[in-house]
Amino acid sequence: MPDNPNVVEQERLQDVIAPGYTFGTVTDQIAAVVLTRRTPLFWMACFGLGVALLLLFLWSVALILAKGVGVWGIRTPVMWGFAITNFVWWIGIGHAGTLISAILLLLNQKWRNSINRFAEAMTLFAVACAGMFPLLHLGRPWLFYWLFPYPNAMGVQPQFRSPLVWDVFAVSTYGTVSLLFWYVGLMPDLATLRDRARNPIVRYLYGVMAMGWRGSARHWSVHETASLLLAGLATPLVLSVHTVVSFDFTIAIVPGWHSTFFPPYFVAGAIYSGFAMVLALAIPLRAVYGLQGLITDRHLENSGKLMLATGEIVAYAYFMETFTAWYSGDVFEQAAFWHRMFGPYAITYWALITCNIILPQALWFKKIRSNPVTLFLISIIVLVGMWLERYVIIVTSLAQDFLTSSWDMFHATRWDWATYIGTIGLFMFLFFLFIRLLPMISIFEVRTLLPQAKVAGEKS
Amino acid sequence: MRQPVHGLMAEFETPTGLVQAARAVREKGYRKLDAYSPFPIEDLSAALHLHKNKLPLIVLIGGVCGLLTGYLMQYYITVWYFPINVGGRPLHSWPAYIVISFEMTILFAAFAATFGLLALCGLPMPYHPVFNVPRFALASRNRFFLCIESTDPLFDLKATTAFLQTLEPKEVTEVAH
Repeated sequence: MPDNPNVVEQERLQDVIAPGYTFGTVTDQIAAVVLTRRTPLFWMACFGLGVALLLLFLWSVALILAKGVGVWGIRTPVMWGFAITNFVWWIGIGHAGTLISAILLLLNQKWRNSINRFAEAMTLFAVACAGMFPLLHLGRPWLFYWLFPYPNAMGVQPQFRSPLVWDVFAVSTYGTVSLLFWYVGLMPDLATLRDRARNPIVRYLYGVMAMGWRGSARHWSVHETASLLLAGLATPLVLSVHTVVSFDFTIAIVPGWHSTFFPPYFVAGAIYSGFAMVLALAIPLRAVYGLQGLITDRHLENSGKLMLATGEIVAYAYFMETFTAWYSGDVFEQAAFWHRMFGPYAITYWALITCNIILPQALWFKKIRSNPVTLFLISIIVLVGMWLERYVIIVTSLAQDFLTSSWDMFHATRWDWATYIGTIGLFMFLFFLFIRLLPMISIFEVRTLLPQAKVAGEKS
Repeated sequence: MRQPVHGLMAEFETPTGLVQAARAVREKGYRKLDAYSPFPIEDLSAALHLHKNKLPLIVLIGGVCGLLTGYLMQYYITVWYFPINVGGRPLHSWPAYIVISFEMTILFAAFAATFGLLALCGLPMPYHPVFNVPRFALASRNRFFLCIESTDPLFDLKATTAFLQTLEPKEVTEVAH
C-alpha cells in the first residue's frame, strides 16, 4: 500500500536488501548467475555429488523393481519402515516453501521477496523426492495409476473413506498447485532472461517459456490478482497436506498414532524442518554467488526466528503427546511411550529430543541467530532431528503394538540407506539445475523493494 | 484505415515519470494505450483505470466446478458404482468426502487462476509489435514505456509525437507493425 502512513513499516522496509542497488544492478546480478558461460566450482562439485547420489538412487530403484521391496528392511510388523519416514520428512520440508511464498505474501511480509523463488523450487523438488517413496513402496510401482479413480474393466475403485487415498489426492494436488504458482511467478523473470540473453537459442528457449510476456500494465494487474488468488488457495492447501499426511497415522488405531493432536503437530514440524532446509540452502548459496546484499542477514535471522517459534510448538507437542499418553490411562498408549523413551529405540528418541528441542534453544541468542555458520549448523541438526522424529513415530509404534507375540525390531538394510541418500541426490540434482538455469531470486519482486520503485507525488 | 505504424512509444527513466505521463495522456483523451514496466506499479493501474479484472470470477467458477467434481465423483463411486457395505454404515458417508472435495476445489481453482491469467493477458503470444522497438528489451530491466496505439481515434502521427515530447520522455519512437 503506497499511502500507508505506517512509519515503522517504512523504516523496516529499508533494510530488507542492502542499500545502493538500482533496477539495473538487481537485474544484472541475479540474471548473471544464469546467463554466464562460467560455472563456479562450487556448483560443479554440488551438482556432481547430486548426480553421483542420483545414480545410487537409480541403482536401488532398479534393484527394487527387479527383486521387490524385500531388499528394504520392511518386515512384519514394521511394514512402513524407512519408506514412509522419508516420505513424511520430504513432504514436510516442502512446506516452508509454500509458507514463504503464499502465507507471507498474504501477510504482506516484503522480506520474503528475495527468498521465495528458491524456497518454492525447494518445495517442488522435495515433493518430487517424497513422491518416490510411496510409489516404490507400492511394490508394483508401474501400477500406480490404480490409486486414481478411472473407468476400468476390473469393476473396482479406490476406497474414498481411507486416508491413504486422501493422501494421493492431497499430495498430487500440492505438487501441481506448487508448480503452477511457481511458474506464474517465473513468467516475468523468464521475459527478463529472454531480453537479456545474447545466444539466440537461449533467447528462443526463454522466449518460449515466457510465452510473450511484455510487462504491460494489463499483464501486471492480472498477474497481481492471480498471485494473490493462488496464494489464497495455497495457504489452506499447505495446511491440509500435512494434516492429511498425519491422518495416515491418526485414523489407524495403533498406540502412539491414534491422536487428534497430530495435524497441528505435523504441520508445525513440517514448517520447522522446511525452514531448516531453506537456511541450509540459502547460507552457502548466498556466500558462493555473492548475494549477501539481496539475501541479507535479516532474512537469515527472520528464518531463524520462525524456526525457533515452530520448534517451540514442536517441543510443546512432544510434551503434550507424552502427557496425554499418561493422562489417558490407556495401558497400550502408556506402554507405547514408555517403550519409545526407555525401550530398544531409546537412543533414537533421545537423539531426537536433543536435535529438535535442546540444541535449537541456542537460537534464543541473537549472536548465534545472526551468525551464518552457527545458523547453518543448527539447521542441519534440525533436519536430522525431524527425520528422527518421523522414524521414531513410525517404527517404534509399529514394532511394539498391542500383541507382545507380534513384536519385532526393525533393521534398516543398506538399500534403505541407499534409497534415502539417493533421494537427497535427486534433490541436489534438480536444485542445482534450477540454480543454473532459472533465476534463483525473483527479480521483479526484488525490484519492487527498491526505494526508487516508489511513485512520487500525490496519489490519485 | 490502417495506420502506417502500430503506435508511438515514449520511454521514461523512472516509474514516477511513467505514471505522470500515463495520467496526462488519459486526460488528453487517449484510450488505446498501454504502459510497460519491469515490475507492477499500483499507481499505474490506477492511472490507466485497470482496477477490475474477471480473474476472481474465473477462479470462483473453477473452484465450484472442482468441488462438484470431487464430491459427485465420490458419491457416484461409493453409492452407485462400487458400494461397499461396512457394518451397515451409510453408503453416502459425506464426512469422508470432505478431504478429496477440498483438494479438488483447490486444484481446479488453481488451474483456473493460471489459465485465466494466460487468457486475460492474451498469452501465449508469439509476436507483438512493441518488440520491434530496439530499446524495448529494457522494459524488463530498468526502463518504463508508454505506448499510444494507432487505433486510437485521436491518434495522429505528428500531433501525438509532439504531445508525447511535452511529457519529458527520454525518447519517442515509432512502433512498426
